[in-house]
Amino acid sequence: MNNKTRTAWLFLAPMLIVLLLVALWPLGRTIWFSFTDANINNLDAAKFIGFENYFGEYGLFANPNYTDGFWSSDWGTAIVNTLKFSVVSVTIETLMGLGVAMLLNQEFKGRAWVRAAVLVPWAIPTIVSAKMWGWMLHDQFGVINQWLVDWGLLAEKLAWTADPDFALWTVVAVDVWKTTPFMALLILAALQTLPKDCYEAAKVDGVHPLRVFWKVTLPLIKPALMVAVIFRLLDALRVFDLIYVLTSNNNSTISMSGFVRREMVDNGYMGYGSAASTALFLIIGLCTVAYIKLGRMKMAED
Amino acid sequence: MKFKLKTIALAALAPLALASAQAATITISCGSVGQDFEFCKKTTAEWAAKTGNEVKLFTIPNSTTDILALFRQMFAAKSTDLDVINVDVVWPGVIKDHLIDLKPYSKGAEKSHFPAIVANNTVDGKLLAMPWFTDAGLLFYRKDLVEKYGAKAPTTWEELAATAKKIQDGERAAGNKDFQGFVFQAKAYEGLTCDAVEWIHSYKGGNIVNDKGEITINNPGAVKALKTAASWIGTIAPQGVLNYAEEEARGVFQNGNAAFMRNWPYAWSLGNGKDSKIAGKIGVSALPKGGADGQNAATLGGWQLAVSKYSKNPEAAASLVMYMTSPEVQKERAIKGSYNPTIASLYQDKDVLAANPFFGSLYNVFTSAVPRPATATGLKYPEVSAAFWNATSDVLSGKASAEDSLKKLEGKLKQIKRNAW
Repeated sequence: MNNKTRTAWLFLAPMLIVLLLVALWPLGRTIWFSFTDANINNLDAAKFIGFENYFGEYGLFANPNYTDGFWSSDWGTAIVNTLKFSVVSVTIETLMGLGVAMLLNQEFKGRAWVRAAVLVPWAIPTIVSAKMWGWMLHDQFGVINQWLVDWGLLAEKLAWTADPDFALWTVVAVDVWKTTPFMALLILAALQTLPKDCYEAAKVDGVHPLRVFWKVTLPLIKPALMVAVIFRLLDALRVFDLIYVLTSNNNSTISMSGFVRREMVDNGYMGYGSAASTALFLIIGLCTVAYIKLGRMKMAED
Repeated sequence: MKFKLKTIALAALAPLALASAQAATITISCGSVGQDFEFCKKTTAEWAAKTGNEVKLFTIPNSTTDILALFRQMFAAKSTDLDVINVDVVWPGVIKDHLIDLKPYSKGAEKSHFPAIVANNTVDGKLLAMPWFTDAGLLFYRKDLVEKYGAKAPTTWEELAATAKKIQDGERAAGNKDFQGFVFQAKAYEGLTCDAVEWIHSYKGGNIVNDKGEITINNPGAVKALKTAASWIGTIAPQGVLNYAEEEARGVFQNGNAAFMRNWPYAWSLGNGKDSKIAGKIGVSALPKGGADGQNAATLGGWQLAVSKYSKNPEAAASLVMYMTSPEVQKERAIKGSYNPTIASLYQDKDVLAANPFFGSLYNVFTSAVPRPATATGLKYPEVSAAFWNATSDVLSGKASAEDSLKKLEGKLKQIKRNAW
């Protein structure tokens, strides 16, 4: 090892040690716990049980006690809920974020103010905004029900967060409100780096603005868009706080993270919960890989 | 430089450390429902003034499910942050390994409390918590409205549904569009377990798991009970009850927007408070029977105080517990906050009865309240309860029929039980 490399390692060491402590150690411990029968009541008494938590008689997958099939078990429902939530919310957020970014990219008076204002929902902590929406959506005192009834759009007040038919979509709506600014911000950053000459050339040639958007803008911001969507997707797949605060958190809306928390903390099954947590980690990884692969294929076609 | 700073800091802290050796600082968690927090602040301050110790209040969540989750995490980390904790009546079996035995400190004081509660708090011969107040589910109703519509306080759930419908229709026609017949706790949490145990017990459907640990939930009485409760949603109760806990239900009732409410006794003094729209108009009775040949049933609730095993000042903490559960404090809390005492003689006390007339007339309800199956299921109780409230929630929201849901629940409980509770 030459001197330069040694110095480089020396400089890297603090960061590596910190990373090891705060990221790898908890991750490793969770994975270790997932192979044990640890209970929160007494962690020291944990015994190694191999893959029992995953594929055993009472495990996450291939559990013979799932009489109605895997997808109607609590864990299956949690996976379905999370995927539904993620796909729908990220799609809407991307489309709306793109729209908002295109608007904010125009020159108009007071643009700086509007840009700042758009970011407000993103700046509010999720717990606070979830509580706020919880009150606004309250079935008796909520302002949203009041407006909808006053304007004649609804015949009677709806229980947005309690009715299992609406609860998950209410969560999606609140998430869209909260995270569209984030998408808009990332896309706006990409839009501002675009070279002006392409647009001037298009203008000279008299190309239709829609065509400019499809053929020039979209391909140019695609890499940034992909990154933004990945960020959001990772975030959405581990959704917890919004669902936990806003809904009554029963089986009809529980997310994978909610399931992990319930098993680990409420029920005390550290081991089983860790297994679910590890599975969640793998599922998120799988989704990301699939998304990147898909994106590459598409890009190659272009 | 760094070294110097440290010395200065140590020098500055030294007097503090000395002071804390004499007077302990005790951190207590006492609850955040209704007037819990104000009372806690007042009684702990009294104790602090008497003993020269200091008390810090620890704010906990509103829902008992969340509180237990928080405590279990703190216990798992052997946290010394909390000395005195409030213990729900169903928890002693779950957190028994993390509490100290209070017998050396109580000096027999527990003998004046209700024996059933003391037995509930005693695990393996150790008195893990002192009874603080007891609770039982009650039916609160609007005396004025029941009279106005020529009805009586209902004795069966069927009567309640009919009366509630009549009042609701009448009040809505009279212009109060948001008026509801009946509100209760149907959010998917421990409170729903309490409510549903009452329904099922009143239809003689047992207690989820019997004393021997056998799973008894899938029976015709339970099916009938859940069907009856599901029929209320959208007719006499708003769809929103599916997300109501105690305080949401009280909010609707206390604003004059409901004819009936199922709640704990604490709602009495708040409902008759200065800022209540219905002060003086509230009647209280036992919860209705399930049909003419059913029985009255009220779920046993209530809270205890205990000392954490990881406390650094167990002696001072135990002294605070003994003060807060003493007859004097219980009497004051009964008069000003309608918290049910756990000491039988206080139910004959004139001042207590003057403030809460129903303590006398419903004495039987409080002493014969139905416990949830926490003793039989031990460490697995939280999971059993969660499975039960989820199954109930599915029926109430119309996602599943009572028959299917209870059958599925039976399977799930077997899975939770595995070989033994």
